[in-house]
Amino acid sequence: MSKRLKSASVLNKFMADYYYELDEASKTKSKKIAWCTSVGPAELLRALGFLVYFPETHSAMIGASKTAADFIPNANAIGFSPDICSYLTSDIGACLAGVSPLEKAYKTIKSPPAPDILVFNTNQCRDVQDWFCWYGRKYNVPVIGINTYNCVTDVTDSHIPSIALQIKDLIKPLEAVAGVKLDFDFLKQTMLLSMKCSALWEEVLNSAATIPSPLSFFDSVTLMGAAVVGRGTDAANLCYQKLIKELHQKIKNNEGCVPDEKFRIYWDGMPVWGRLRSYSELFENLKACIVASTYCNSWIFKDFDIDKPFESMARVYVSLFITRSEEYKEKYIKDMAKFFKADGIIYHDAKTCPNNSNCRYGMPQRIEKDTGLPFITINGDLNDLRLVSDEQTKTKIEAFVEQLEDRKA
Amino acid sequence: MKKKLFLGIDAGSSRTKAVLTDENKKIAGYAVKKSGVNFSKAANLCLTQALSNAAASVSDIKSAVFTGYGRNNIFIEVPKAVKTEISCHAKGCYAYFPYEITVIDIGGQDNKLIKINKNSKIESFKMNRKCAAGTGAFLEEMALRLDIPVSELNNLAEKSENMVKLGSFCTVFSATEVLENIQKGVKIFDIAKGIFHSVIKRVFEMDSLTKTIVITGGVVAHNPFIIKMATGAAPDKKILTPALPQFTGAFGAALYASNSTA
Repeated sequence: MSKRLKSASVLNKFMADYYYELDEASKTKSKKIAWCTSVGPAELLRALGFLVYFPETHSAMIGASKTAADFIPNANAIGFSPDICSYLTSDIGACLAGVSPLEKAYKTIKSPPAPDILVFNTNQCRDVQDWFCWYGRKYNVPVIGINTYNCVTDVTDSHIPSIALQIKDLIKPLEAVAGVKLDFDFLKQTMLLSMKCSALWEEVLNSAATIPSPLSFFDSVTLMGAAVVGRGTDAANLCYQKLIKELHQKIKNNEGCVPDEKFRIYWDGMPVWGRLRSYSELFENLKACIVASTYCNSWIFKDFDIDKPFESMARVYVSLFITRSEEYKEKYIKDMAKFFKADGIIYHDAKTCPNNSNCRYGMPQRIEKDTGLPFITINGDLNDLRLVSDEQTKTKIEAFVEQLEDRKA
Repeated sequence: MKKKLFLGIDAGSSRTKAVLTDENKKIAGYAVKKSGVNFSKAANLCLTQALSNAAASVSDIKSAVFTGYGRNNIFIEVPKAVKTEISCHAKGCYAYFPYEITVIDIGGQDNKLIKINKNSKIESFKMNRKCAAGTGAFLEEMALRLDIPVSELNNLAEKSENMVKLGSFCTVFSATEVLENIQKGVKIFDIAKGIFHSVIKRVFEMDSLTKTIVITGGVVAHNPFIIKMATGAAPDKKILTPALPQFTGAFGAALYASNSTA
């Protein structure tokens, strides 16, 4: 994992600074804090002077710390089903227990920062709205958001106006909480930084198209933190510039992240946060590199246009992979597998994340038929490890690599 | 005269199986034992018996391949490698039926469905999801509900004249269905047949199937009635089973062992 990359420490420091700044603001009330879904309108929030907190990254930390199953029952007990998003149930469950993985990761931080307002975008799923509404009731603060489309094949001009209007409608309530008027120049500047971040992050991920790949999915899921929580800031961009420099050097040295890389695999679906290390080791032992993923590429936004801020934000946030139709997703995965020279595809069917499990409507079979790329589906979950069968997953992955080996023989 | 043997051990969740093959890839000895909690102990017991069958000793073994859930937990002093049960079952079945087949292995804890093309390559494979439905564990649970040894299910099902249908995906819910049928006074023969029907339904719906299906595993070895059920459930398919259906994984492992030293 990212310990192999020296610049991972720069990213780690970025994340530490990010959480300390939020914690400080939460304690001193020196700055307003907005909670935002990971692909919500972060640029608008930053332009209004908010510090932006993303509960999904907190949930991923809970998942990575393998403690989600300790907290999920707390959320179940107050009526949230075990079948809904385990990011939601583990985060709310941890809140009910008064526990946060931030405590262990960062000295002096005891809990996530308290929100002054919560802003969602349902481009990911409906669960984020329900998740934020629970916190809105808990903290007695406003919950506002954008309800967007799903199953979109081509994003056309007809999709844009209603979403752009919803984004504009956020301004008034946000200004009321922020206590300032929106500075359009600052918004444009933030969007430019966000575009830059996106381009840099894409460059990082695209380095994995090299054989051997200098980084794997297991690196990227941790390195992506700055692209998720820091887009629209200079600091995030500086981190990625350093990382890119290191990756270029590795490419020049022909240094793969998996020694003696033999197999290249594409990963679709969520990570299994509590199994990052064990899966990373498993693949490395099999000389297989997960070179790319739909998940990590979901934070590449190309359509920002500072001359049309709201319309372009609308386009960016409705163009997200997760909002798209099977037809679009199928082409996208085929293109990605080709670009990254993948030998096969692994689909993670995450029990509590139907929106980001792309193997439930026959897509793997269609892609295999069209491209000849073999695939497997592993059943698991993003956070709830009670839904993961380690032994079966290991057998499936090993058998898949044996299958790839047999094909290459 | 010194023999040249190859060992395959399939350390399954329920039973451990060993197969010894000779230079001509023919089975020279085999054995099965309960896996229990010590795969290595079970494997060594199997090996002793298989060697006795083959009138051979450990020094006759040129190489070995271990497979199954316990594949990394077997300690036998021979040149060895490990391979997954998916590859080993495919190898073992293709040796019996060298053409395009779908292998369905019904094991103690899981099922595997493996599609093999005419050139012996694995096209795709699937394992059952998190539930025990359709596995040996399901049969054990149902036998418990009927208060009979699991070994009696096959003979009871053979006598059925009016099968009941168990519709549930879930083993626990299926057990409730069995209880409901007992309460209704349904004959035990018909419930037993319904239990086997449920197993076949669960495994057949795992994936699309090719024209020829090879069913293997301990569940089939002990309950040949399943083959009849399968034929009835898929009349357009050719249903086959090898001579030693419980040993195809171990046999495939032994074939890999012989390939590695070829």
